[in-house]
Amino acid sequence: MGVMVPFNPVEPFLRSERMPHIWCSGCGIGTTVNCFARALAESKLPLDKVAIVSGIGCTGRVAGYLNLDSFHTTHGRAIPFATGLKLANPELTVVVYSGDGDLIAIGGNHFIHAARRNVDIKVICINNFIYGMTGGQVAPTTPVGATATTAPYGCFERPFNLPYLAESSGAVYVARWTAYHVRYIAHSMADALRKKGFSFIEILAPCPTLYQRRNKLGDGLETMRYYKQHSVIRHGANTRDVNLHFQGEITLGKFVDIERPTLQQTMEQRFRQVLRDRYAG
Amino acid sequence: MSPPRPSAVLSGAHFMDGNHAACEGAIAAGANFAAGYPITPSTEIVERFAARAPLVGATFLQMEDELASSIAILGAAWGGAKAFTVTSGPGFSLMMEHIGFAAMTETPSVFVNVQRGGPSTGLPTLPAQADMMQARWGSHGDYEIIALCPNSPQECFNLMIDAFNFSEQYRNPVLLMMDESVGHMTEKVVIPPADQINIFPRRHTSKAPSEYLPFKPASDDVPEMARVGEGYRFHVTGLTHDEHGYPSMEWQTQQALVGRLVGKIRAHADDLTRTEEKQLEDAEIVLVAYGISSRVALWALQEAREEGLRVGLLRPIVVWPFPEKRIRELAQRVNAFVVVELNYGQMVREVERAAAGRARTILVPHAGGAVHPPESIVKVLREVGSWA
Amino acid sequence: MPAATTGVKARKFRGEVLITEDRCKECGFCIEFCPPKVLEFSKEFNRHGYHPPILVNEAGCTGCDLCGLYCPDFAIYGIRVPVESPAATASAAGVSPLGNDTSGVESVRQGGGI
Repeated sequence: MGVMVPFNPVEPFLRSERMPHIWCSGCGIGTTVNCFARALAESKLPLDKVAIVSGIGCTGRVAGYLNLDSFHTTHGRAIPFATGLKLANPELTVVVYSGDGDLIAIGGNHFIHAARRNVDIKVICINNFIYGMTGGQVAPTTPVGATATTAPYGCFERPFNLPYLAESSGAVYVARWTAYHVRYIAHSMADALRKKGFSFIEILAPCPTLYQRRNKLGDGLETMRYYKQHSVIRHGANTRDVNLHFQGEITLGKFVDIERPTLQQTMEQRFRQVLRDRYAG
Repeated sequence: MSPPRPSAVLSGAHFMDGNHAACEGAIAAGANFAAGYPITPSTEIVERFAARAPLVGATFLQMEDELASSIAILGAAWGGAKAFTVTSGPGFSLMMEHIGFAAMTETPSVFVNVQRGGPSTGLPTLPAQADMMQARWGSHGDYEIIALCPNSPQECFNLMIDAFNFSEQYRNPVLLMMDESVGHMTEKVVIPPADQINIFPRRHTSKAPSEYLPFKPASDDVPEMARVGEGYRFHVTGLTHDEHGYPSMEWQTQQALVGRLVGKIRAHADDLTRTEEKQLEDAEIVLVAYGISSRVALWALQEAREEGLRVGLLRPIVVWPFPEKRIRELAQRVNAFVVVELNYGQMVREVERAAAGRARTILVPHAGGAVHPPESIVKVLREVGSWA
Repeated sequence: MPAATTGVKARKFRGEVLITEDRCKECGFCIEFCPPKVLEFSKEFNRHGYHPPILVNEAGCTGCDLCGLYCPDFAIYGIRVPVESPAATASAAGVSPLGNDTSGVESVRQGGGI
């Protein structure tokens, strides 16, 4: 009779048989998954009623590693898939977990419209400033001056400020963290899981294989140290002012936490008001 | 989502156009979710659905583009809904990726294309049948598709129900390939009582989560679906996947999966094939036409018969899988196939392939924007008749 | 009044870390961010050629599980074990709802101290 083997608290949330995962040494995605597992535990949501939707890319692989009903969709389209899933099955908590290229470049249109509608989904965006899965191409988040395989002389396009984009599009919850700020991430994710409406969490994470190495920024650990030293937490900061610059100061915090009726609620209110007892909802 | 209710079905005789009839067909089939983006000449279908949805317990969402519409319905389908989207022309091009995703993930779904003239923006308000090969091959990679072509508003209603039933039975995207003329043609449409409409239910598994493999096929090569939110903790991916639904980058997994996806439709091609045939008994020349062109061809057939030409008509109703067996049989005994379609030669290639040189195959092309003048078809029939 | 006279606050638990060595990719996050700095890289290689962490200061581990929260490879975690109990009993904080199912967990190395 051996002793009972204690388990990593993240293990019940993982498809353990699929480990080890594909992410590189020093990649921050796995760290955020740890935080997500703790947030799920903290939220006390019944896990059978939590569905996770990813797009394509390194972060797009999160869905396949989580022991939930999970959907690995097409590039950029996790949000509209999640919109259909949530509207068809409102009792689900639907989480979109994907990368900056997937959500903001190819999927940017869906991102702003889902925020505008206030679809009740939680969007977690792992921002590593680059396309990882395809080998290090420039993204709409790449800071000016950083190089990428398709910006070999440095990026010359202004990147999106994602919290500002999310807030101005209509998100009811907006926060930004780095992969170093694990306890903040976990609490923020738990906040978002409780929140009704379009919630957005940006998490900066190292891509040591492509972004950091190409830009001579060291490995994942050095990037984590950078995050530790150069981040400032300013809850409630005006999202206009939280732009990121190449190796500049990083403003973190919970920027937006407001109440606004969700798409489902506005839809039902409208039909009930206009159709009265003819509404079959 | 609540199941469709009998009161949703507008049983009785109506005077309505094909687009509205297609919408009613979807409701009668139990569709409770649609997403769409406005595009001529298909828009009336979702306009009607937007008005009807809250009255029948369904949901409609106008999305930001066709990419969003075509995957929102797939999310809804996994959420338990019976879902469809509607488009035309450029919108159909934008939906191609998600037709492939639906095929790969075996998501029951219906895509309606009210065909207009192309390429590109082309002729938004005028008919064509030039998306037939795109319907078959438009998404990348190997897959099989089921596509139906109505030639009347009544058939828009009927085939919409069939489209939903096939999508559930085979867990495959199904295309309703209408055209502008049929979509905007107004005729009598009889909607039967709800209890006389056959509905193929979703193939939900009865297995316990511990015994269930999401992509392990049943005896007919089609796997059972789990209900989301009920503890199955299943994974769905557009990557090549094994029976667990997990990605696997092995050629053996690819072969097993794609072989099954293709095989589950090909093996049932005979069950799926549906044609309408007129005066084929003594025919020497067979007109092959579908959708609006079949009605013009029928006019030409009658003219030609009056002139003593032994002409018949074969109308594929299910166009994909193509009724190649029927063409092969006819090719043994007829002289020629005359294919009438609003394009510069699409389904004619299938006819020619199936005829395999045993009967001649002649195309009567038309660039779209109008239907064929019947006389142009009769002229070809006269010429083909003179070769004998 | 032993506690008062010695000035040492007796802890009710001791910390322990558990490491699934073959999952480790040697990123160093756990070692760097361990508050009491009780971890180091092992001299040994794991199956994939990485040096996993080892606990070098058993008494210093508080079982705070920050290593577990940082580890991007789900290869390490910390638990707090009541001092009365033997190591790694079912009363440990990290016991899984999965019970005794150890699938996917290879060569778990334990270590820890008061």
